[in-house]
Amino acid sequence: MSKFKRSTGGKGVAKINTASLPDIVFMLLFFFMTTTVMREVELKINVTVPDATQGKKLEKKSLASFIYIGEPLQSLRATFGSEPKIQLNDSFKEVDDIQDFIAQEREQLDEVERSKMLVSLKIDKETKMGIVVDVKQALRRANALKIMYANQNVEEIRGIQ
Amino acid sequence: MAKREVQEINAGSMADIAFLLLIFFLVTTTMDSDTGLMRMLPPIQDPTEIPEDQQINERNILEVLVNKDNLLLVEGEIISFDQLRQITKDFIANVDEADDMPEMIDKEIPFFGLVRVPKNAVISLQNDIGTSYGIYIAVQNELLAARDELRDQLATSRWGQLYDDLAPDRQAAVDDYYKVPISEAEPKKIGGN
Repeated sequence: MSKFKRSTGGKGVAKINTASLPDIVFMLLFFFMTTTVMREVELKINVTVPDATQGKKLEKKSLASFIYIGEPLQSLRATFGSEPKIQLNDSFKEVDDIQDFIAQEREQLDEVERSKMLVSLKIDKETKMGIVVDVKQALRRANALKIMYANQNVEEIRGIQ
Repeated sequence: MAKREVQEINAGSMADIAFLLLIFFLVTTTMDSDTGLMRMLPPIQDPTEIPEDQQINERNILEVLVNKDNLLLVEGEIISFDQLRQITKDFIANVDEADDMPEMIDKEIPFFGLVRVPKNAVISLQNDIGTSYGIYIAVQNELLAARDELRDQLATSRWGQLYDDLAPDRQAAVDDYYKVPISEAEPKKIGGN
């Protein structure tokens, strides 16, 4: 005595039309394609950036070059020791290589964007300032003055002193 | 002969292909956005020139030292980390114009008219090579926080908006009002290693 009669009268479950499924999936796909940022370097060091409250968002990632400083990974300690090292792109470098690195990165940018170039320093919070100061001096010599100390944004800083 | 009908392409596997791509991008995507403290380094100095900051009067400098034991020394006194923000705010705002605080001058600033602003006050942050980077950033953060709080206060009292929401010309006016650069001093060795 059902009020609704199956028009087909067959006993099989009515088929759901899946024709729009690809559209939905494509929509999701495009969303992820546009938001995705490929991980460009393989980190060979441990970097835990310090906490801060005043961090500003990096607006254009394409303008930024990254300098990583931290202790080598556990597996690389045997070869590279446990002293903090500088990583540029995929390899360990010295302070003297920074100038070349900046020049190279600058070359890759459009001419109009070169003045907006920014160097993001991703430095482990346990690192001593000695090496950081050296890097900063190298950046000044390379005339890359716009820098950003990468940090983890938190509401409040805890655990100081 | 009847006209042949265009054969339909079977789109059933389209979804599978799209899913495959979707999963690939899902896995490789990193949604976290980079944040950091924006700073400007001073241009390199010509060694033949006499550095300018030596001519700045003692009272115009807020000297912040962080030593290798991560202790804070501000204007010759050891202070705790919590005090730093208030001290910095007092220094930048300089409401009482005390003798040991920066010199003030009258200055014409758009939107504000004639106001009293510090003449050439500077916050000088110096660290030891043994200072840990985490502490250094925490101190930088406090100094920036003090400046940002004052800017927000000013912007709120004048326009009822936070500094970040202001139009660029208004931001520039607020910048002018509290024009106290935080100098990343030339590295100096303070206290042993």
